[in-house]
Amino acid sequence: MAVTLSERAAQHITNFIAKRGKGVGIRLGVRTSGCSGMAYKLEFADETPEGDEVFTSHGVTVFVDPQSLAYLDGTELDYAREGLNEGFKFNNPNVKDACGCGESFNV
Amino acid sequence: MALLQISEPGMSTAPHQHRLAVGIDLGTTNSLVATVRSGLAVVLDDEAGRSLLPSVVRYHTNGATDVGFTAQSAQNIDPRNTIVSVKRFMGRGVADIEDAASLPYRFVDAPGMVQLKTAAGVKSPVEVSAEILKVLRERAEVSLGGELVGAVITVPAYFDDAQRQATKDAAQLAGLNVLRLLNEPTAAAIAYGLDNASEGVYAVYDLGGGTFDISILRLSKGVFEVLSTNGDSALGGDDFDQRIFCWMLEQGRFAPLCAGDARLLLTKARDAKEALTEHTDVRVTAMLSTGEMMDATLTQTAFNAMTASLVGKTLAPTRKALRDAGLAVDEVKGVVMVGGSTRMPCIRQAVADFFGQTPLTNLDPDKVVALGAAMQADVLAGNRAGDDWLLLDVIPLSLGLETMGGLTEKVIPRNTTIPTARAQDFTTFKDGQTAMGVHVLQGERELASDCRSLARFELRGIPPMVAGAARIRVTFQVDADGLLSVSAREQSSGVEASVQVKPSYGLGDDDITRMLKDAFTHAKDDMYARALNEQVVDAQGLIAATRAALAEDGALIDAAETAEIEAAIAALEKLISSPDVEPNHHLVIKRGIEALNAVTTGFAQRRMDRNVRRAMAGQKLETFG
Repeated sequence: MAVTLSERAAQHITNFIAKRGKGVGIRLGVRTSGCSGMAYKLEFADETPEGDEVFTSHGVTVFVDPQSLAYLDGTELDYAREGLNEGFKFNNPNVKDACGCGESFNV
Repeated sequence: MALLQISEPGMSTAPHQHRLAVGIDLGTTNSLVATVRSGLAVVLDDEAGRSLLPSVVRYHTNGATDVGFTAQSAQNIDPRNTIVSVKRFMGRGVADIEDAASLPYRFVDAPGMVQLKTAAGVKSPVEVSAEILKVLRERAEVSLGGELVGAVITVPAYFDDAQRQATKDAAQLAGLNVLRLLNEPTAAAIAYGLDNASEGVYAVYDLGGGTFDISILRLSKGVFEVLSTNGDSALGGDDFDQRIFCWMLEQGRFAPLCAGDARLLLTKARDAKEALTEHTDVRVTAMLSTGEMMDATLTQTAFNAMTASLVGKTLAPTRKALRDAGLAVDEVKGVVMVGGSTRMPCIRQAVADFFGQTPLTNLDPDKVVALGAAMQADVLAGNRAGDDWLLLDVIPLSLGLETMGGLTEKVIPRNTTIPTARAQDFTTFKDGQTAMGVHVLQGERELASDCRSLARFELRGIPPMVAGAARIRVTFQVDADGLLSVSAREQSSGVEASVQVKPSYGLGDDDITRMLKDAFTHAKDDMYARALNEQVVDAQGLIAATRAALAEDGALIDAAETAEIEAAIAALEKLISSPDVEPNHHLVIKRGIEALNAVTTGFAQRRMDRNVRRAMAGQKLETFG
């Protein structure tokens, strides 16, 4: 069971946390919401969340709450640029289908 | 799939509900749009990787518009339909535009705001600005992958209400929801204050294309207070271009210029100015449509000499702002440079000399305002947790109380940053007074009846005491949402009463401006009215005290003396009830008070002697007993 970051994603996260001035890592999760049932959560973590699974990838600490891990196992978080837009992308092998925009998904 | 950004802890948004917000620096020369991505403020670039959008709009005969670089390059060939520096016309009448004659535009005088005749019809500065904002909005929506919930748009601190309203209208026309108009220097302070977390007093020196602003700010723990602002809404980099332009005319001895040639020379002037930032001299060449040639060298020394008076024009408001803040030059910890024009070495040198220190330039002076606006937009769109709340709001009009005689006592002066709490002690006016009315007011006028009434409540159950003995502490508290709560507490007994009001409720921007204007217009009348009311209150107090004394100790004086005192009271009563026909009526009442004081001196002396004897007698009994 693991969640990883691409090198590019890790670089950006390290930079964001440094500029933000605080934070011990990032926290990933899923919640039931959106047009296809599930939606990702991507937040800064200011302290170690109790009971979370902890991974380290390219020097960045990644917290995942245990209930979410089943849906996220094997996911690689990448940072991508699409035209003028840029941001994080979940490459999640568990996804069966996603809504058109990809913001919510089903497993 | 969609690209996600990292949210603040607990602030994740539902799919398709991202609170995308931007900050827009709608500048005279250039405009920018910025946003906060994964907690970091960034300026958004166009497809060609350029962050600045020249604030230039060109109108075509078929109604099409070019905005930005395309329009800018057409300045020379189509000057009449290519609008540059439109910000200078926002909310202005044709009479306000000093250099209207030297500009290539066909102005149409319209009520309220000047209009411009273009190939696509008559356009107002609001419409022209909206074209610029539309381009920035589209850029932001493509860059962020969704619709914007709103924007913070910056304006010079000295923009008056008409200019601010025009900016808001332009945003609306461009389909933007304005979260807030933010003063440019304030935005710069946000960008610097948060990024560097430095505390202390800072001056923000903002010399843009067409406006100059100086602000004195105090930064502490992420909260900052605007101590004073000053500036000149018609002074900027354009004026420096104009000086070089005049120099060119002298050098070239040209025949009267057509619009295209004037624009060409102005563009050359700007290029020369920018070149002088890096080089000590620059060769200026131009070929006019008449075949006349220009070829001359401008040195930095000559440029500094011809613009010295413009540089000086920025220092006078700077001095004034410092004086308003009650600060000496050496109390300023740092000077923040904003606006592309602060790249000019002569400006940096003048500012360094004035403040006795090297100004801060570590953020790009062109971007710093947009970055600060983006940070503010991020907060206002609700992407930050409560404890990160950045407090920038100020109270637009003073909050205070009505005191005896219908006077206003200001408790929280205008421009105080919120949240804030201030307490002031009041006392009772009459012996045995057990209740006090608290009338909460907002406004700058000296008389309560000229201010806006916000709330009234009563503090009851004050223990009976002689006038002036009770200590009633009235506390004004304004929270982060602008909610005012006022509480009154009698200190010895602890009785308390309070009320909650929303201070700006029902007050539009227009009302606020009108109230401020009234306060300035009526300052003299108000001062007189205040002086008069104070004397009336003093007279009433004295009459009440004298009456009480007569009732209690009338036996101490003979009939003649009583009659004399009664006469003085009657005379004073007549004075305070008669209309104030002459301008110095308060002095007349003052003399009446002095007269009453004079005739009661003997009586007061005897009462005091008697009281002292009583006290000493009591003392003796106690000592012996």
